[in-house]
Amino acid sequence: MTRLTARRALYAVPVLGVVTFGVFAVAAASPFDPVKAYAGTAALGADQETLDRLRDNLGVDRPFTAHWWDWLTSAVGGDLGRSTVMRQPVAEVIGERLLWSTLLCAVAFAAAVLLGTVLGVLAARRPGSLVDRAVTSLAYTLEAAPVFWIALLAVWLFALRLDVLPAGGLTDTGSDLVTFGGLVQHLVLPAGVLALSQLPWFTLYVRQGVGDALAEDPVRGARARGLSERTVLLGHALRSGLLPVLTLIGSRVPELITGALLVETVFSWPGIASATVEAATAVDFPLLAALTTLATAAVLAGNLLADLLYGLIDPRVKLEEM
Amino acid sequence: MTTRRIRGAAAVLATASVVTACSAPGSGGADGAAAAESVVIGVSTEPDTLSPLLGYGKDGNSKIFDGLLARDADMNLRPALAKALPKITDGGRTYTYTLREGVEFSDGEPLTARDVVFTYRTVLDDDTNNTFKSELAAVEDVRAVGDDTVVFTLRHPYAPFAARTVLPVVPEHVAGKQDPNTGAFNTEPVGTGPYVLVDWRKGEKLTFKANPHYWGGAPKVKKLTMAIVADDDVRATRLRSGDLDGAVLPPNLAATFKNDDDKKTYRATSYDFRAVTLPSGSPVTGDTAIRRALDLAVDRQAMVDKILDGAGRPAYGPLPVDDPWFAKDVERSRDLAEAGRILDAAGWKEGNDGIRAKDGRPARFTLYYPSGDKVRQDHALAYASDAKKAGIDVRVQSATWEVIEPRMKHDAVLAGFGSIGDPDFGLYTLLHSSLAGDGFNNMARYDNPAVDRALETGRRTQDPKARKAAYDDLQRALMKDPGYTFLTHIDHMYVLADRWTGLTTQTEPHEHGFAAGPWWNVEDWQPAP
Repeated sequence: MTRLTARRALYAVPVLGVVTFGVFAVAAASPFDPVKAYAGTAALGADQETLDRLRDNLGVDRPFTAHWWDWLTSAVGGDLGRSTVMRQPVAEVIGERLLWSTLLCAVAFAAAVLLGTVLGVLAARRPGSLVDRAVTSLAYTLEAAPVFWIALLAVWLFALRLDVLPAGGLTDTGSDLVTFGGLVQHLVLPAGVLALSQLPWFTLYVRQGVGDALAEDPVRGARARGLSERTVLLGHALRSGLLPVLTLIGSRVPELITGALLVETVFSWPGIASATVEAATAVDFPLLAALTTLATAAVLAGNLLADLLYGLIDPRVKLEEM
Repeated sequence: MTTRRIRGAAAVLATASVVTACSAPGSGGADGAAAAESVVIGVSTEPDTLSPLLGYGKDGNSKIFDGLLARDADMNLRPALAKALPKITDGGRTYTYTLREGVEFSDGEPLTARDVVFTYRTVLDDDTNNTFKSELAAVEDVRAVGDDTVVFTLRHPYAPFAARTVLPVVPEHVAGKQDPNTGAFNTEPVGTGPYVLVDWRKGEKLTFKANPHYWGGAPKVKKLTMAIVADDDVRATRLRSGDLDGAVLPPNLAATFKNDDDKKTYRATSYDFRAVTLPSGSPVTGDTAIRRALDLAVDRQAMVDKILDGAGRPAYGPLPVDDPWFAKDVERSRDLAEAGRILDAAGWKEGNDGIRAKDGRPARFTLYYPSGDKVRQDHALAYASDAKKAGIDVRVQSATWEVIEPRMKHDAVLAGFGSIGDPDFGLYTLLHSSLAGDGFNNMARYDNPAVDRALETGRRTQDPKARKAAYDDLQRALMKDPGYTFLTHIDHMYVLADRWTGLTTQTEPHEHGFAAGPWWNVEDWQPAP
């Protein structure tokens, strides 16, 4: 297990190198103009001299390879550089935001996995039953609904009609203190919406996995031996039915990141996702590279987690051999 | 003109508002003075930086800082950090300001002339990424004389210079130790203003608390929150749920609050115009007959009524109709028959398809608008349908600025600008031939010697009468050769809880919401009895 993790960590180094290089290349090739992004609306009234001066100061005309090398060498030395679009050091941008994004994603993800498993098992127990049909159609409906739309709907229903939950932000708009109670209150809607957006996949996969497992010989054998339905379902079917879901968990990380982006926007959640969009459209090399590295690391970690869990749960797989 | 309000004659019972843990949302309906002590405002965008060295608050109304001068409700200049309006000597080339005594920054350090000099010199430094440096292009030198006098020397006489000195002043002892482009001052500013920044969670909100030592007296509104909500519908929703006390809204959403007893709607007139640039370099849009015909063919009032829900005014030039500098005689009504006569006389004859042509060249051009801007899209489509009635074929296209910029030389653009403070600020960059195609200045590459002369007179002479005459001439010359078709001036709409008295709005620039709005002078608000 340790060896697997260590090997993956080693392998992550070149991957991150290639990914950041790719990001710099793509950003340099993008039609976005860093000067316009930096100056915002001010650029649309600026004279040529100002635009040229900013171009020069921001180093727009240097090749992206030079930018990348500069960034890489200082990042290895622990200095992530300075973000032009945020007008502050990159480390500060990430430090301010990472916690909130991680919290949002972790809560949403946990909720989606738990709820998805429960619903999936309920549906798989009696294929074709009313419960199964209800769960499946709900999953397909949610899968088709845009996250953005669900988020606005949630705001309308819970904040506006029922007035039970705040419509956005991290704290009440009028207060600055982040208290535990307040945070929970403000987290419910964004995390709930994000969880809903991830729910259909898990539900359908669990339903499929458990359904298949229920039809397998060991389970049929267990039933024939007269074991209780509960033991059969939770002890036999769920264990082998969850295997595909576990590999799925790691692969859902990118999906989760994009979902978080939309949710953070609607709920004014001060996280990493909103900064990523700004960095990308502003061709803000240092910030973009740092955030991409983070996202890549998250994806790699997700894959590693999936493999580790797989190895722990599936007796057919030996971690030593991975 | 209310230069000095009588403030704080009675001792202010400053009830220390202790911020406790979260209360239930929607508790905005608390009564009386306590509720009036805090205000939460929803705006659509946030500043990129809070450092004036990079352009924050350059037009005044920054809550954290003060400029040498400020503007009142009627947009007149009045002293702020300066004791009085500047002494102008040397034929309009030297401006001398004397500082108010006893002003301190919020960290307790006294303000001196050196802070002012540091501010202006840093803005003028080429290595500072300030996008507005050219606005101070007239400044040759700024120096301190003693602790309380600042002297600006200009390259040439520049009448509107005083209006530029609303630029906020920063403390050298804090900002001087950092890189102005990325230093901490961008997010942790220190100023002399009525409010102090408490916290800035980018993309979510900025919170300010009143500065009890403010030289103008402690504000009655103790706590000011600016929530950043980009989406118009979400902002309206949060205003309705009581989460926000006030917000900037598009006219159609502002109208939904009309019957709310506890909310008031404010409409601010503005210099924010929408116009079509008609590039001089293209044979169709560069033709004076075509330009005049378009100018007569557009139905400006219909645009105001239908596109802006009445929240705007027809634009007969860059200056709005209620501006003191506006030349009354340039107002003109729609006249399709006259447009047709002008085109016939110039040789633009109607063809079989209803499109006019001259020497085999059809009267046709492309009009770009920035994608995603619905108001500009509506203007562009209305313009095209009006032009069609005069036999001119306008092809409307949307694109990003990256695509539009290289095409500005030949194709028309639905542009929006508007600067406050002085006619020179907006007009010189828009119309002067020396700035044709210089970045986003003079996008139409307009070139009219009469207009150039008027612009020069207007900025060089100090005599108000002569300036007025020059800008009148300019507007008439522009009417004879309209290189831009000015369509509308857009009103900005705000909705705000009715807990304070005597709120006003200023005339606003193209940029609005954060510094402009009924909260332009939140430090002066008085709780409603």
